[in-house]
Amino acid sequence: MKIVDALLDMNTSPTPELAARYRADFPILNLKVNDKPLVYLDNAASSQMPQSVIDRLIRYQTTQHANIHRAVHYLSEIATREYETARRTLQHFINAREDREIIFTSGTTDAINLVMHGYGRKFIQSGDEIILTNLEHHSNIVPWQMLAEEKGATIRVVPINDAGELLVDEYEKLFNPRTRFVALTHVSNALGTINPIKNMIAFAHQQGVPVLIDGAQAAPHMKVDVQDLDCDFYAFSGHKLCGPTGIGILYGKAKLLESMQPFKGGGDMIVSVTFEKTTYNTIPYKFEAGTPPIAAAIGFGAAIEYLSKIGLDAIAAYEHELLNYATEQIITIPGVHIIGNTRTKVAVLSFIIDGVHPHDVGTLLNQEGIAVRTGHHCAQPIMQRFKIPATSRASFAFYNTKAEVDTLVEGIHSIQKVFS
Amino acid sequence: MNLKSIYQEVILDHNRKPRNYGTLDNANHHAVGHNPLCGDRIDLALHVEGEHIDRIAFHGESCAICKASASMMTATVKGKSRSEAETLITEFREMVVGNLDLSGPHHLGRLAVFAGVRDLPTRVKCAILPWHTLQAALNSNAIVSTETAEDSIHAASSKA
Ligand SMILES: Cc1ncc(COP(=O)(O)O)c(C=O)c1O
Repeated sequence: MKIVDALLDMNTSPTPELAARYRADFPILNLKVNDKPLVYLDNAASSQMPQSVIDRLIRYQTTQHANIHRAVHYLSEIATREYETARRTLQHFINAREDREIIFTSGTTDAINLVMHGYGRKFIQSGDEIILTNLEHHSNIVPWQMLAEEKGATIRVVPINDAGELLVDEYEKLFNPRTRFVALTHVSNALGTINPIKNMIAFAHQQGVPVLIDGAQAAPHMKVDVQDLDCDFYAFSGHKLCGPTGIGILYGKAKLLESMQPFKGGGDMIVSVTFEKTTYNTIPYKFEAGTPPIAAAIGFGAAIEYLSKIGLDAIAAYEHELLNYATEQIITIPGVHIIGNTRTKVAVLSFIIDGVHPHDVGTLLNQEGIAVRTGHHCAQPIMQRFKIPATSRASFAFYNTKAEVDTLVEGIHSIQKVFS
Repeated sequence: MNLKSIYQEVILDHNRKPRNYGTLDNANHHAVGHNPLCGDRIDLALHVEGEHIDRIAFHGESCAICKASASMMTATVKGKSRSEAETLITEFREMVVGNLDLSGPHHLGRLAVFAGVRDLPTRVKCAILPWHTLQAALNSNAIVSTETAEDSIHAASSKA
């Protein structure tokens, strides 16, 4: 994990205060909640949108909108061009070889379901095995369970240790001649753990097994290079990268995508239709049935341009500094426990306070204007692993400040006082 | 009253020293309420003599709002008749979803402090779970969940 080692080495050298420069781009961060300035620490659930992306959506909707790929008129051509430009922006963002390897989906969940239907239902059979990990979000568990149930396949799960790290030795032991697929998260949404996916992908490939990476929590926080990783599929959502909801992408290697069956049938995904036979379109269109969320895709492209200008390496370094700053303070509060203590993690702090249910923590922090997520974070197997019903989770973005970390820490102290 | 002061003045008292906490010998009505989304779980046992709830006890794992709601509920309905309890269940439910005018006539008394949760839809379920569980126990439904279709009260199953 080159990125992470570099980050850990960076602890001594100061990184530029990104928040000081970019925070003003986010109008929503000026809100007051319960008469307090909003402290938005729920970025892992969804991030906020800068003015430039909001403006891009307005410009599209006021001057460029029509349906795409369907007509010869002026607006349709502009809308098509902008939509395809967004696809190429995404292609370059993750260094995909070709733009046809980028499929627009409604989000990460949709992308994973696409692979389950398009690849899984075609190639996975009774008695086959699929490897998942204990760190998966429900959206990278449930589709595979549905497939396993339908096909009579078996799910194998890579366990984690008390720090919230995958046991890679155990992962390697799970492989056998019936292993057909690996679906694995790049970063855990509940704990922040960054998994050593490059090595895990290489190991799977030695056994001839393709790998899907759930990148929902990684793409917003670090540089992703799908050719360097050599993953077969990579999925993420626009709304966690300062873009709109209802849009995401599936990256897939062209050869694999071509071998797959379509997921949804309809307009745009065909070349010709008669009642006797339908010929499917080429990729990526084969997987984009119906009118897509055109505005959202273009807004997603604008969000990627915005983040790329700041630079994902700069974002990663600054967020890591925020994480260290927050961890150092919270770890010293008696009665507060951080769940997920690996050194290789993104800026996510899942914690529990002795004697206080996470929902009460969330409600009382909300009284101070602080937005955190409380609950199982759509990752119930992780909660089961740590034998807790839920956690409170603060997740940071580059527009968060150290002063906001201080507000969170004060909030925790005041909850402990209330409950003491 | 804002929520923080509700916590400070009422909820925490009942969270620390819940009334009627424990199990009941010879209970003749029993139900378990469960909110799978947050893990709240309330186990409620009643002894109903004729028309009267003469003994009641609860235990379980839950957040402070749920536990305080259960504690105050048991303190309120103990000694009351079934029909009085039914009225309280209805009024409490209407209150926490914002449909009860507290300046009009009602029977909620100190339970009115829970009116504040109506501004937090995600916490309404926490406050209401003990009351759904009471309804189920009176009807002798075995288990209620906050995550079932329509209303949260299951059709009758086994007698407790
Ligand atoms: C790791 C991970 N995978 C998948 C998802 C699902 O993303 P979406 O709801 O945008 O489809 C999320 C979002 O919470 C996530 O954190």
